[in-house]
Amino acid sequence: MLSRLVLTSGSALKNSGSFGACVVQASRSIHSSPQSKAPLPPLPEKGGKIRHGIFPEELFSLLYPKTGVTGPYMLGTGLLLYMLSKEIYVINHETFAALSISSVIIYGIKKFGPGVAAYADKLNEEKVAKAQEVKDVAVARLAQAIEDEKKEQWRVEGRHMLFDTKRNNVTMLLETNYRERLHMVTSEVKRRLDYQVELQNLHRRMEQEHMVNWVEQNVVKSITPQQEKESIAKCISDLKVLAKATQARAAV
Amino acid sequence: MADRPVPLAERRLMDVKLAELPNWLGKRDFTPNGLIRSVRGGYDRYFNKYINVKKGGIGGIAMLLVGYIALSYAWEYDHIKHDRWRKYH
Repeated sequence: MLSRLVLTSGSALKNSGSFGACVVQASRSIHSSPQSKAPLPPLPEKGGKIRHGIFPEELFSLLYPKTGVTGPYMLGTGLLLYMLSKEIYVINHETFAALSISSVIIYGIKKFGPGVAAYADKLNEEKVAKAQEVKDVAVARLAQAIEDEKKEQWRVEGRHMLFDTKRNNVTMLLETNYRERLHMVTSEVKRRLDYQVELQNLHRRMEQEHMVNWVEQNVVKSITPQQEKESIAKCISDLKVLAKATQARAAV
Repeated sequence: MADRPVPLAERRLMDVKLAELPNWLGKRDFTPNGLIRSVRGGYDRYFNKYINVKKGGIGGIAMLLVGYIALSYAWEYDHIKHDRWRKYH
C-alpha cells in the first residue's frame, strides 16, 4: 500500500537515483540494436506474496515439503528463543521503544491501509484515464483523418466533370470574345464606309446647289428691264383673258 | 524441468547443488563492473517483484526496513553487548 503511494508519486522514486524502472524499461528498448517496437508488457497486478508483512512466501513454500504448514512458525519461534536465551538479541530500553513504535505502526497500517490504498488507486486510475483519453482523442482524430482522406479520394474521381465544365466555360468565353471583336470590326468598317457615302452625297448636293444658284443668277442677270416690262404686260393681258373666261364660265 | 544442461556459470544460486558451490563462486564475476552489475540486477529483481506492481502492499518496503534494522543491530552488537542481563549463557 505504501508502495502504491510510492508508485503514484512514482516520478520522485523513479527519478531520484533509483532509475531501476527507467533502466529496465529503457533496457527493454536498448537491448538489441534494432529497437523492438513491441509494446511494453503491462505491470503485474500484485507483487510477490508476503506473509505477515515481512516474510516472503518463498520461505514458507521452501519449508513446506519437509515440515508442513507449521514449519516456518516453529523455525521462527525457535530462532527467537535461541536469540533471547543466548542474548544475541538483548532486551534493553530500545526493545520497548521498538515494541511501542511497531505496535503504533501496525495499528495505523491496519486501520488506514485500505483507505490510503484506495486513494492511491484512484490517483493511478486518473492518470491512466488521462493517458487513455489522450490516446483515444488521437485515435479518433486519426480515424477522422482517414475518413476525410477517403472522401478526398472519392472527390478526385469526379474531377473530370469539373474539368469539362471548366473547359466549356473557357470555350464560351473565347467564343464571346471573338464575336464581340467581330462585331466591333464590322461596326467600325460600316462607320467608315458610311462616312465616305455621306461625303459623296455632300459633294453632289453642293455641286447641284451651286449649279442651280449659278444658273438662277445668270438668268436673273439676263433678264433685261425691257424684257421685264414685256413679260409683265403679257402677264396682265393673260390675266384679263383668264378673268373673262372664268366670268363667262361662272355666268353659265 | 530437465532442460539441456545449463553451464555452471550461468545458473542461479538456488539451482546450484551444494557440492558445486565453490566452483560456482569461483566462476562469478568479481570485477567492480561485475559487482555493480550484480547489485543492480538484484535491485531490479527486487524492485520489479515487490514494488513496481499495480497493487503493491506494505511488504515491499517493510522487508527493506526489517533488513536495515537487522543489519544495523548486527553492526551495533559490540556496543549492545554491554547491556546484557546475564554474564554467562
